Amino acid sequence: MTSTRRRAGWLPLALFVVAAAWPMIAEMSGNPFWTVLASRMLIFAIAAISLDLILGYGAMVSFGQAGAVGIGAYSVGIAASHGLNEGLIVLPLAVLASGLFSLVTGFVAVRTRGVYFIMITLAFGQMIYFTATSLSAYGGDDGLTVWSRSTIFGSGILEDERVFYAFVLILLAAVWVLARLLVASPFGKVITAARQNEARVESLGFDIFAHRLAIYTISGAIAGLAGGLLANHAEFVSPAYMNWQRSGELIVMVVLGGMGTLFGPIAGALAYLGLEHVLAGFWQHWRIILGPLLILVVLRAPGGLGSFIKTRRT
Amino acid sequence: MSPTLKVEGLRKAYGGLVVSDGIDLEVRPGEIHALIGPNGAGKTTLVSEIAGAVTPDAGRVFLEGRDITGLPPHERARLGLARSFQITAVLPRFTVLENVTIAIQGLECRRFRFLPAPALETGWCERASAIIESVGLGRRVDTLAGSLSHGEKRMLEMAIVLARAPRLLLADEPMAGAGGEETAALVALLERLKGTVPVLLIEHDMDAVFALADRISVLVYGRIIASGTAAEIRANPEVQAAYLGSDEGLVA
Ligand SMILES: Nc1ncnc2c1ncn2[C@@H]1O[C@H](COP(=O)(O)OP(=O)(O)O)[C@@H](O)[C@H]1O
Ligand SMILES: [Mg+2]
Repeated sequence: MTSTRRRAGWLPLALFVVAAAWPMIAEMSGNPFWTVLASRMLIFAIAAISLDLILGYGAMVSFGQAGAVGIGAYSVGIAASHGLNEGLIVLPLAVLASGLFSLVTGFVAVRTRGVYFIMITLAFGQMIYFTATSLSAYGGDDGLTVWSRSTIFGSGILEDERVFYAFVLILLAAVWVLARLLVASPFGKVITAARQNEARVESLGFDIFAHRLAIYTISGAIAGLAGGLLANHAEFVSPAYMNWQRSGELIVMVVLGGMGTLFGPIAGALAYLGLEHVLAGFWQHWRIILGPLLILVVLRAPGGLGSFIKTRRT
Repeated sequence: MSPTLKVEGLRKAYGGLVVSDGIDLEVRPGEIHALIGPNGAGKTTLVSEIAGAVTPDAGRVFLEGRDITGLPPHERARLGLARSFQITAVLPRFTVLENVTIAIQGLECRRFRFLPAPALETGWCERASAIIESVGLGRRVDTLAGSLSHGEKRMLEMAIVLARAPRLLLADEPMAGAGGEETAALVALLERLKGTVPVLLIEHDMDAVFALADRISVLVYGRIIASGTAAEIRANPEVQAAYLGSDEGLVA
């Protein structure tokens, strides 16, 4: 797949500028709610990038990514219920908690491949889901209300939807840049090489398990950030965040947008949640339309939406 | 001189099929030791046991005097063991240059590097380019390895193992399926290694084997039935009966 169409370097930047102007567009068109919806999309874009790191680059189909998102969300929710609200503490806490969870579960999961990996990550995700439902001190099944958004240096600026949106957008941009550096790094090369031929990569002296465990942990940590933001966005956390269907939705976003492109999953998250918003307004069984649509994308543009932008993948 | 590679009593069975039946073998410093034998004799399995990809049921493997029997493949690779695969194992979605560069990375970069390291990587690329040039793939550096011809893949396979600066090279049928010109180039390449890098060479091409090998061992049904110089092997009646006499050895 040598590329003739090169990724236009200015495109992400142009999109970033449009995204930055979004709250203004929303307000001028008399739809301030669009900003709230867009924040949610960008948060899921972060989660989709985290999944793409392992799914797209490492060929590790995790059905437990929502578990890592949920741990991030609960970290913020539980800390808030104890009066700890400072974003510069609770968000890193969310990242650490999810990263640690992924590191520990990864020790088992990453040793397996293919369908076993799917089953084990699914099991760990569900384990977290059921753990959350049984946390009666923190709302159990009903979830937990987060009474105020995280503060930044003690200030409540994130209560303003436009500021919150800008905050999320900056974090998304940072995650995207770091993820791009990661996949282009010597470490990232080993991950993409191991997907092509494990025996070869081992014979070159690389410890594939250690590399996969590391990227699985990083992926979980980023998912935790998305979770922490999600708790702030909804001002509510609930076990429903970690259900395996949620993990499935993240996979759909990544596949829809284009695996192994990092940019595609952002587009996938926007497209999926956009569709959900529009179609769910008409028909509660809107997901029935999504299935055929997804098949169409996979057949007509196997690289996903991202393939219209970027062609070469390794 | 103590041997670079020493294999002692290696045994491996797949169900009822014994593929390594108490194999003893040595590769001495600087020598090319050819291992010949009919298809299914267990040659590739032996290479995999030495490289660590297959765990033997019994026996030991020593590299430069060190017992490496329990080590995983990547640790053996770090000790200087390089393996070329019979079934070409280039990374198809990497370019020729990337294939060789990552081989050098594995040699030089033991820690995780999570961020691009341009200065370091430029150095690796330069060295990789020189090696690629030396195996005659200079015009193909930026081609995806998956779209090379079969013969070119064989050359790339050699470039990858050469980039490892190996202490011992396990070459599993490096010429298999290559054309006449490429076979000649591969023979010349192995000839250049002679005296510096010890090689365990598995090869069906008898002309190449007799031209290159210092010593030859013959493996039949998982057993080494003879070991010696080219002349000794040619003269060995058991070998003639089991192998050289049959058409198989000459055509395969
Ligand atoms: N993983 C395996 N499981 C079962 N049988 C195997 C396996 N690998 C190799 N064999 C069998 O072991 C025998 C030796 O194979 P191999 O080492 O590839 O021989 P050679 O390289 O000499 O042609 C063959 O009969 C092959 O079918
Ligand atoms: Mg073989």
